[in-house]
Order: sequence, then C-alpha cells, then structure tokens
Amino acid sequence: MPEADGDSDAVSTRPFWSGTITFGLVSVPVNLLPANRSQGVSLRMVSPEGNPLSRRYFSPQDDRELSADEIVRGYEVEEGSFVVLDDDELERLAPERTRDIDLRVFVPVGQIDPIYFERAYYLTPAGGSTKAYRLLAHAMEEAERAGIATFVMRAKEYLVAILAENGILRAETLRFADEVRTPADVGLPDPIEAPAGQVRQFEKEIEKLFEKRMDTADLVDTSAERLLNLVEQKRGAGEDLVRPEAKADESRDVIDLMQMLQRSLRGGEPAKPPQPNGGGDLSDKSKAELYERAKTLDIPGRSGMSKDELAEAIRRAG
Amino acid sequence: MAARAIWKGRIRFGSADVPVKLYSAVQDRSVHFRLLDAKRKEPVKQRMIDPATGDVVDYGEVRRAFPVEEGELVVLDEDELASLEPEPSRDIEITRFVPSEQITHQWYDRPYYLGPDGQDESYFALAAALRKRPREGVARWVMRKKEYVGALRAEGDYLVLMTLRNAGEVVPASALQPPGGRALDQRELKMARQLISTMEDDLDIAAYRDEYRDRVLELIEAKAAGKVVKFPKAPTRKIEKSLTDVLERSLAEAEKRRASA
Repeated sequence: MPEADGDSDAVSTRPFWSGTITFGLVSVPVNLLPANRSQGVSLRMVSPEGNPLSRRYFSPQDDRELSADEIVRGYEVEEGSFVVLDDDELERLAPERTRDIDLRVFVPVGQIDPIYFERAYYLTPAGGSTKAYRLLAHAMEEAERAGIATFVMRAKEYLVAILAENGILRAETLRFADEVRTPADVGLPDPIEAPAGQVRQFEKEIEKLFEKRMDTADLVDTSAERLLNLVEQKRGAGEDLVRPEAKADESRDVIDLMQMLQRSLRGGEPAKPPQPNGGGDLSDKSKAELYERAKTLDIPGRSGMSKDELAEAIRRAG
Repeated sequence: MAARAIWKGRIRFGSADVPVKLYSAVQDRSVHFRLLDAKRKEPVKQRMIDPATGDVVDYGEVRRAFPVEEGELVVLDEDELASLEPEPSRDIEITRFVPSEQITHQWYDRPYYLGPDGQDESYFALAAALRKRPREGVARWVMRKKEYVGALRAEGDYLVLMTLRNAGEVVPASALQPPGGRALDQRELKMARQLISTMEDDLDIAAYRDEYRDRVLELIEAKAAGKVVKFPKAPTRKIEKSLTDVLERSLAEAEKRRASA
C-alpha cells in the first residue's frame, strides 16, 4: 500500500531501502536503516477503555473500510480532481536511480554547509561478501571524503552525502539548493557595521559561558522526562493502568534501533552455515587460539571480546 | 518575496538581550500525494478503530496512553497532558558556548534564520562576536508549546538557530561495531584510494537538481491530458566476479574520462 506522508513513527525491522552503491564499476549492495530514533516519546491513541487504536481507511462514499488494494495514490491537479500514480510507474520514471546510489564525485567532508544536512541513515552490507563495503568505507574514511549522489526512495529523489565513520557507511540526505533559502530570500536587512564596543562586550559574555566541549546533558529532552516521571508515578500507584487483551494489529515489530543496526551490520540474515575458515568446531578451542585466529582474520574489536564472541565473530568472518 | 516570521523571541545570556524574529531557512518542494479510494478516485477518510471490537472511535473520545511494558499502558487525561506542557516564554536562553566544530551535523535537525526585531546593532554585533572565535551557543526555548534545543551560530553576517536532536535520538557510529571479515587486500585498497582521488572535486550543491520531481510532474501532466506515457527501459547490470579486475577497469575508465575532460 502506498505510504501516507509522515506516517512512520515506530522503527520497523525492515530496511527503508535496499539497493547498490556503485563506485566506478564496483557494486556494493546495501540496506538503508535509520540512524536516528523517532523523535521524542510517543503516546499511543487508545479507546475510552484503554485499547490501543489502529488507523484505518474508509471509502468517502459509503463509509466502508478499504483494504490495501482498494487504495491508490493520487495527485490533485485541480480542486477535487486527481491523477492516479502507481508505484510501478513511479519506479519506472528513474529505474537506475531507484536501485543505485551512483557515487561520481568525492568532496572534502568539511565543504558541506551544515544548513543542507537533513537526515542520517546507516548503510549496512547486504548479501554475501562485506569486502567491497569495507574497502569503500576504509578508503573514504582515510581520505576524509564524502561521496555525493542522488537516488530515489519511496517516490522521492534524495541528494545524499555518503560518509564513512568507524568503518561504517552512512547516507546523510541533503536538501536541494532550491529548498534552502538565502538571507535575501527571507528578506533579512542588509548588514550594518556593528559598534566595536558592543562586539567586545558580547565576546566577553560569550567567554564567561564558554566550555571546550558540548555536553549531551544539554540535549536532554526535558519534556519527555516530565512525561516519564508522571507515568512512573501513576504506574507505581496503580492509577489508570490498563492491560488491553487485544494486541493492536498495527503495532509493528518494534525493537531497539541499536540492536537492529548491529544485527544488520553483521550481515544479519540469512544466517550463514559455519565456514571452513580454519575450520571445524570452534567451541573446543581455547580463548588464546581463538584470539590468534581473530587476529589473522583482522576482526575489529577482538581484544575486547569474550571467548564466545570471538568464536561467533570468526564464524561470521567466513 | 520576503518570508513571514514564524515566531518572535529574545536571545538571552548574561547581560545580553537581543530581540529576534525567526524564519524557516528551508522550504518543502516535494510532490505530495493523497490516498484515494481506488474506485471513486476520491480521498479516503481516516478513522481510528478499536481492533478489539472493530468499532470506530471518534477523535473526541480518543485518549492518550503511554506503553510501560509488554501489554501494559498508563492512560493520561487532558489535565495531566496539559500539566506536562512547558511554560510559555519568549526567551531563547543560551546555557553555554562551545567551539563551533563541537556540535556535529548529526545533531542538526532544522535550520532557522534569525533576523533583528529592532536593535539591529546588537543583532549584528552578536553575529560578529560569534564569528570571531568562532563559537556556537547551546540554546533552549519554547515555541508553540514545544521545547527545543538548538545551536545558535553565525552564518556570514547573520544569525542561524539550528534545532538539535535530543540526546537519545542519535545512534553514533562509534557505538556500533563495523562489519568484520578478512583483512583488506593492500593492492585493492590502493586502487580504491586512487579511484576516489580521480573523482575528487569541490562541492557544487546547486549543480544537483531534483530531476525526479520534474519527471513526476511531467508524468502527472501527461496523464491529466490523457496521453499514453512511455517509460525508459531499465539497463541490466552484469554481475562482476573479481573485485581486483573491477577496480582496475574502473580506474582505467576514470582516468580516460579525466583526460578527455
């Protein structure tokens, strides 16, 4: 079913998009997953009895509930008159860009004006080998370059900067130039020469509040904290606590974003059978033996791994 | 055409007090679709239903609840929700200033321009002072019943207020373990580096246009006029075997392109 605008607050376990990064003639199959948790703390809509509600679509004519295949996507060309577009048509408008993020230009990361950054997604390796993925990530991170490209996801074109950090590729969507206003567009007045004394005065005040680092404590969502406190208090008192019998059928498979990303970075599913990388059963090997093997395989983070984690990482490295 | 200010406030820290107007620095240009009843080609109605009973619940009767654990919710009433709303205020309070590279773009959410609201001199003096070091202020304010955290920065001669994501929203790359595997082949790595350097350039963001949006609008126009629309064929892709070979051929092609440019 086509997506309504802005109707995704929960994190689904499915990737947002799957496709290929092309870099020269090299193809790197990837999945695209959100890098940000949904904003704020979200409240559910419930019935007067406390049952979580589901959003449904009804026919405007006879108030009959519509199934997914009775709903189409339309663009209003004039009041009350719509042109219907289906997913297939939209995809066929730009087949190559619907599938590929084609990197043709690499720019210094620092050259991107922060006003353009919109949203971040992690790219995780899809399909068999991680080699091409790791090669691209390593080379880009070392060169401090971001790859620039456009691609199409869910019937919308995105300008993206692909960045590498900690061996992981990230797609930062950028606003198009015509989506960003200039001070002249906004109608800001022409700058005037500021009195030097006043500039100095501000500088002094700024230095009084100066800290070398940003503290994430500054970014705490105090509204969410107040909500959580109230909820905890009511829960402790057993006040307005409901246990609906029916599980809302729209409640998606919500899991922790971090876990989901980590699983996807490991290659996720499908689970690979044990590989003959040095071979056989790893469970009877000592930790030192496993560590040596992890070293040969250049498994990152190996020094901090337990015996089981080492065995698991070696299996996956196949 | 000048934009309308969406809010007015005052930047405050220490003895500083600078009145400003806030303007969106971005404008949405995406093509918006509506969900339609396929048969009637009319917008669908959205309703909330109680899946336990199948009954429609009117919006006036909908209550809000917070899920606390598996299958358990705490219901909040109107008064309680109202008590959670932040105190209205016109203050953009700056709690500290940091070196401008400290707040990385991963925290950025939405940019706003600030313009002077009287006292032009103090507005441009503050922008000049921030630009000098350069520094960014960590700001908090309440706008339309919602609390915001932001970064106050100078952008040229003007002030920009960037809303920031909250602490829990960003999953930093450093918290994730990168994909593992065998050590990379040094020769392949060298070729990948070379390939990147043949494609290095300065960023010209205006060179990128949302062409897909143009094509969608063209398609809509054609369909509205009752024309039959032909679509280009998707190119097929060959599956490549050896990464080394592919890198070599990519490099050769990139160098050829560069030489002819």
